[in-house]
Formats: sequence, structure tokens, C-alpha cells
Amino acid sequence: MAKKVEFMMGNYAIAEGALYAGCKFFGGYPITPSTEVAERMAERLPQVGGRFIQMEDEIAAMASVIGASIAGAKALTATSGPGFSLKQENIGYAMLCEIPCVIVDVMRGGPSTGMPTGPSQSDIMQAKWGTHGDHPVIAVTPASVQEQFDETVRAFNLAEKYRCPVFVLTDSIIGQMMEQLVIPEPGELEVVDRLMPDCKPEEYLPYDMDKDVNPMPPFGSGYRYHITGLHHAADGFPTNDPELHTKNTVRLIEKLNKNYDDIVKVEEFMTDDAEVLVFAIGVTARSAKHAVVEARNQGIKAGLVRPLTIWPFPEKHLDKLLSKNNVKGIVVPEMNLGQMTFEVQRVAKGRCGVEGLYSLMLDPILPGEILEKIRRFV
Amino acid sequence: MAYDYAKYLRKGKLPHIWCAGCTYGIVLKSLIRAIGSLQWDKNDVAIVSGIGCASRLPGYVDFNTLHTTHGRSIAFATGIKLANPNLKVLAMGGDGDMTAIGGNHFIHACRRNIDMTVFVFNNNIYGMTGAQYSPTTPKGAWATTAPYGMTENNFTITDLAIGAGATFVARTTAYHVAHCEKTMKEAFQHKGLSVVEIINACPTGFGRKNKFKTPTSMLLWMKDSAVNIEKAKKMSEEELAGKFTIGVLHKEEKPEYIETYDATVGLKK
Repeated sequence: MAKKVEFMMGNYAIAEGALYAGCKFFGGYPITPSTEVAERMAERLPQVGGRFIQMEDEIAAMASVIGASIAGAKALTATSGPGFSLKQENIGYAMLCEIPCVIVDVMRGGPSTGMPTGPSQSDIMQAKWGTHGDHPVIAVTPASVQEQFDETVRAFNLAEKYRCPVFVLTDSIIGQMMEQLVIPEPGELEVVDRLMPDCKPEEYLPYDMDKDVNPMPPFGSGYRYHITGLHHAADGFPTNDPELHTKNTVRLIEKLNKNYDDIVKVEEFMTDDAEVLVFAIGVTARSAKHAVVEARNQGIKAGLVRPLTIWPFPEKHLDKLLSKNNVKGIVVPEMNLGQMTFEVQRVAKGRCGVEGLYSLMLDPILPGEILEKIRRFV
Repeated sequence: MAYDYAKYLRKGKLPHIWCAGCTYGIVLKSLIRAIGSLQWDKNDVAIVSGIGCASRLPGYVDFNTLHTTHGRSIAFATGIKLANPNLKVLAMGGDGDMTAIGGNHFIHACRRNIDMTVFVFNNNIYGMTGAQYSPTTPKGAWATTAPYGMTENNFTITDLAIGAGATFVARTTAYHVAHCEKTMKEAFQHKGLSVVEIINACPTGFGRKNKFKTPTSMLLWMKDSAVNIEKAKKMSEEELAGKFTIGVLHKEEKPEYIETYDATVGLKK
């Protein structure tokens, strides 16, 4: 059978990716530049037996997504900067209570209402530290319409596999551009479902702290249990025991750290002998690739490190390149004032120069600007 | 005959955290009796709460229970119900949880008419955080954040619910235990969103500083101030001064949300 090829908007591709992954619920609140995800889901979900609801605000939208997931549905919401801020308390709830769900953040300029229709990459740190407390984060960063689809499927898989919320961090250029999308056949991409218990209901522990990931039966399945946003013991009931609180928080973080190789995906382009690296995500990485090719044409050994997972931060990948190669410098172009650069500097540990290239100009950073920075290191 | 409450309680989680004289335990008994009388399967019931004293109730009962963030129980419950309409979903919280921080979710739930029940445990105060004023604290009453007396106007929760479009709105009290059970049962049997305000006593936070010297005096106040809605219809304004009505205050039939949604978008039931 011929592959299904579409010419599609990036935000629609996210919706299609969600449906491919088995999403059956969307709870949202409109916000530019993410709204097309909601609009597409409103139309498409009933066609696959799912339900859509436009809630009264972003907070309610996030809450409904968590509720739907607890009742057994793979659930999605989509938002942008200010909406992402509003969702943060309930995102923290999903992190502590280990509720799988996917949150799309089509980034726009901030702070506050900021730049509603302009692209930006300003939520990198909000994704990591938006909610209070110590917690793990998975965030994927697509750079094309095809990746909007593929990475959304991967986001759902990671959410289900590790019982946690997962972010799709994209921006309004990737979200609203149209490109070719090849929709895979069912079965072509892996689709992961959450683990179900095989014990008797009375023996089930929702938060066994000696396990990385516990099974999660839906409400209504005969496994009756308690979920609370308070720190809890293995049976899910509140505890004020600081040792348990410590053990569980460390466990949550280690659950993702231990699985770095499964979670962190990085595309490396011409990095084998590279002396200058460009570290970029999303739309900026597209310009960066162009700049690297141009640099090579000029005899400069440049390479691109393009994370498709920005959280957990791809430090093992970067560290390996810095240990192996004779890297003189890393250029970090980003559409903010240096959120990712600080992380790159942290991993570089002074082994090479790290130069940020920042823009809040609402246009993509151009290949020529990145090339100019690359040249400074040779 | 002795009633088997134990069947519905998580005995290992008792004793509860509520203060001596708090009426939430009484309401919990009414709730168990109402659910028991309808013979609902425990596996089919999901109870969702927010934050506050009342919101700790789900921890004590053996259903599918969810203790969420402050004010958001209805929004979590909405997701649960949409993902699995077969579940009997109940959202509960105190007056602050439901009508202050959760006010927006409360009014929109009334408007949508999803088939679930919302309980508002109204004790006129924020109990858990230590007696700060809530949207239902009466004018002039003392609270730690109203040390000179409450200056704001207060909500009448049932009027708010009716105004927002709820199709079943009732009020009862912790004193009227049989009435409380009966009202809950009626609410559960209503198709659409039902709201039940339950007048409660917080002797520690509210009563102690508001001229109710003992927990009993608060129960007696409920007894003396509550007038059944049917009786109230025959009473004059003067006779009703300082009193409140209990019973089903509003009931109407309107299309239920999920049924309407499913029919509109072509989803099979």
C-alpha cells in the first residue's frame, strides 16, 4: 500500500501523531500559536472514539488531562508560554503522582503575554523548573513537520513507559509551517501502553518505591486506590515521613537518569572530526545545519549537535564529543537570551569556548549569523 | 439494625485528621449510607477532592479516590468522566476550595451539566489553614484575616449554582443526618450536574471566635436556623429572617453534556 503523504501544518502533525499513539482525550484552552492542535483534535478525536473538551482555563485543561489519564485514556493538551505557566501546578501534580500525559508547548516570547504570534525558544527553563520542587523532566524538541508527528508519538511512548508527563517543546515557526508529512502505517512506529498489574487488587501498590515504574490500572478497573498530590507512601496515602519523601523524590529523578540512553535522542551531523560544534534545537537547528554545511565548504571543521530531547539535558552526548574531539568551541544559537547556553557551559566545564547567539527578533536566526560565530573559533 | 460502615471505610487510615466537634465525620456517614442504599459497586465510584479539611475525606473511603490540587477537583473529575462515563463521579471540597480558588471550575461545571455530583462542605471559613475568611464567611464575622470583622459580601452557593445553570441544586446540614442522606441520594440519581451544599460546623476555626462556645451550639444553630423549602414557601419574610432553607432548591431536566457531545459528534454510545 502506498504511503499516506500529506502536506500539513506542524500543529496538525502533532494532533495526528497523538492519534497515531492512541490518544483518546484532549482537554485544552485556546492560545496562540498552539490553537491549531486543539482545533484538529476537536475534529479528529470523535472519529477515533475519543473526546475533546475546551475547558474554562489552562489550569482546568491540565487537570482534565490528568483526570482522563487516571481513568485510562492517553491524554493530550497544547498551550503556549502564559498557558504553560498556568498549567505548572498541575504539571507538578502529574510529576509527583506519576500520571502519564503529553503537554505541547508551542513557544512564544515572554515574559507575561509577551509576543503572542512571534516564535521563540524561551520556555526551555520553564519546562525544567516551571513547577516547584525537585522533579524529573522529559522534553522533546522537533524541528520539522515530520518530527512534530514522530516526536509526539515518542512523547506518548515515553509518558506511558515511565509514568510521567512529557513535553513537546516546539515553536510557532515549526508549529505553523507546512511541509510534507509521511504518515506511517499502523504498526510501523512503536506504540507503548502503560504497564498493567498482574497481582490481585488487594495486593496492588501504586507507588512501590523499590520499583522504577509501577503498573497503573485505570479507575474503574477493580483496582481501587488513592492518589494524592501530597507526598505519599507505597500505598498512595499521605506521609509526612521526610525519609520517605526523600527516597521517593530521588527515585523519581533516578527513574529517568537511569534510562538516559532510552530517552535522550540527539542527531549529530558532521561531528566526527568537528573542531567547532553548533548546539541547537528546533527551527534554529535548521539554520545551524545550513551554517555547518557552509562552514565545511569553507574548509572549517564544523558539526551540529541537534538534541531531539532537551530534557534530560543531552550531557552524555556532549561530554563524549568534548572528550574525544579537539573541540575549540561551541556555538549555541537560541531564540532567547541564553537559557540553553548555560547548560552547555555547565557540561563543557571550561574545556572549550562556549558562545551564545541570541535573538528576540521574532525571525529565525539566519545561517550567516551562525557561520560568523563559527568562524570566530578558527 | 447496625449499619455496616466498615465495608466502605479504609480502616487502616483511621483515625481521621478532623478536630473534635467537626461535623465532617457525620457527613461521611451520610455519604456512605447514600451510596450504600443505591448499592453502587465500589469499583464504579470515583471520588475527587481538592485541598482543605473536607478534601481529606476521600482518603478514608474505599473507592477510586483522588486528592488533587486546591480548587481543581471538578476539572480533574471532568477528565475522569469524559474518559470513562460509566464511572459515578463525585467532586467534593470546602466552601473556599469550591467557590474561591475553584470558583471558575464550579460555575462552568454548572453550565456544562456533566452527569456528576458536586458537594460543597460549607463551614464558612478556611479551616485547614487556620480560620481565614472564605467567600461564604458572613459579614461582620471574625476570621484571622478579618480581625476587625468580615467586610466583603458573601456568596450564597446555591444561588450561584442556579445562576450558573446547574440542573439540581440542594442544601442540607450536618445536623439533619437523615435529610443529608436523602438529599445526597436524590442528587446521585439526578441526570446531569447536581450540586449539594452541606452546612457544616468548624468549632475550632469559626465557632470558637464567633460566639459559638461549644460544638453543640453550632449544631443547635443548624437545627434552629434551617427551614425546609416547602415550609419556607408558606412563611413571611419576617419569619424567615436569619434562617436558611434546606431541601431541593432547584431541579430541571436539561440534556446531559456527554450524551449531547456524543450525539453531536457522531460517537456511538
